[in-house]
Amino acid sequence: MTLREALSSGRFVVTAEAQPPKGTAVDEALQQAERLRGRVAAFNVTDQQSSVMRLGSLALCHLLVERGLEPIYQVTCRDRNRIALQSDLLSAAALGIENVLCLTGDHVSLGDHPQAKPVFDLDAVTLLVAARELTQGHDLTGHELAGTPRFFLGAVVSPCAEPVEPQLFKMEKKVRAGAGFFQTQAVFEAERFAAFMETARGFGVPVIAGVILLKSAKMARFMNQNIPGIRVPDDLIKQMEGSKDKEGTSAEIAARLVRDLRGLAAGVHIMAMGWEHLIPRVLEFSGLPAPAEAA
Amino acid sequence: MIIAERKPLDAILGMMTPYHKVLVVGCGTCASVCLAGGAREVAMLGSLVRMTRQTNDEPIEVAEATVHRQCDKEFLLPLAAEVEAADAVFSMGCGCGVQLLAETFPQRRVFPLLDTKFMGVTLEPGWWAERCRGCGECVLDRTGGICPITRCSKGLLNGPCGGYRNGKCEVDPTVDCGWLLIFDRLKELNELESLRAILGPKDWSHGAFGQPRRVVRDDVRTSAEEGHV
Repeated sequence: MTLREALSSGRFVVTAEAQPPKGTAVDEALQQAERLRGRVAAFNVTDQQSSVMRLGSLALCHLLVERGLEPIYQVTCRDRNRIALQSDLLSAAALGIENVLCLTGDHVSLGDHPQAKPVFDLDAVTLLVAARELTQGHDLTGHELAGTPRFFLGAVVSPCAEPVEPQLFKMEKKVRAGAGFFQTQAVFEAERFAAFMETARGFGVPVIAGVILLKSAKMARFMNQNIPGIRVPDDLIKQMEGSKDKEGTSAEIAARLVRDLRGLAAGVHIMAMGWEHLIPRVLEFSGLPAPAEAA
Repeated sequence: MIIAERKPLDAILGMMTPYHKVLVVGCGTCASVCLAGGAREVAMLGSLVRMTRQTNDEPIEVAEATVHRQCDKEFLLPLAAEVEAADAVFSMGCGCGVQLLAETFPQRRVFPLLDTKFMGVTLEPGWWAERCRGCGECVLDRTGGICPITRCSKGLLNGPCGGYRNGKCEVDPTVDCGWLLIFDRLKELNELESLRAILGPKDWSHGAFGQPRRVVRDDVRTSAEEGHV
């Protein structure tokens, strides 16, 4: 079942993250994905996350497709102009990749090549426009394509950003530009997400809520201080601090969150940050009925 | 105006090393207003260079001249004799000034003493901020008079990314999120609905990323030559 089918069937979808390596050693990422086969609907393959130069998202997506695993190809506007972006989208389609998550991308100054020239020729909204144009058989300038790609386009939104109104404004634009699903920044408070969904639900597009596995109280505090749009409440930080079994507590917190989000979101995107082995436990604790069908 | 900053003294002395008689040319317009290369800065640098070279036993003669502005040839031509008398010319104008000096006096090496930073405004004495990227196709009518190309670190056209925190940009916590400024301004003006329009993809061919740009006004020009850059 594809991600598109899973979301339109109305079942609660679980996706995980796959991070391309810094280098060519793809085995670990592939083994990690392999261990989650059948447990998650798709693997979100990051595009040089945090502006750190890595192996390309397209290559890892292709390797996943080869193994019968469903990727979500993340594409950012940071490093490529509209010519390269459209070309890579066509390449993705030719390699059997259908799901595309369109993002602005972090600024280059946050990564490991801060001297680079940032591109941002398109933004997330106009990247969606470009991708949709391709699916209609022509490029951004109206030139006809020989062979038309098929995409399931997604976008991102930050539901706990303050203020959230500009996020909702842009989200609506993204829907009009062709976004068929959303993935969110990490959520730690279901109530805040519920408040966000009161407006977001009106856009009629499935929203997959982001869930990060907390690894320590220190990490939670760091995120609170440094990561825009993330707010870990004090009681969770205390819970992590007082825990002797960090992995167990982390999985419990995430499972509780997944349970709370079930009635609110179309699914969850679990960002395990190296603790991928905990994902099956999180899903089990959360009481999700059956493991997701093989991706 | 164009905002510039003087290069570090070491770099300046480095460029001057081979010469014994130099002409330092200030600019009375932008570079002067932003306190980087006006008559006062020329005099100060002149003394500094003479003193340092003297101390190092390598004396140098520094002639000083500040023109009304360096980006118009008519103000540069009167410098001909001083340029002729110098081994090399050092400009305290912006990059435009440096280049027009070099074009006007091709027989002399011309060096830059400033780093040209941006087009900006004075926020308070000693504090200048960028306001325009010269994209060639102004969108300020759509964004409440606040430029998203300049004020958003990513130059986004359709609203903020998810990187704002306490009203500031993820790139630098001392920088306001340009899109939150635009959002608030349009809200105050009761024009938030106008933000729903999808802007772009922008035509960057009007911007500073391709061939050198020119503006030719036939109603003003005096020569009949083909406009060239």
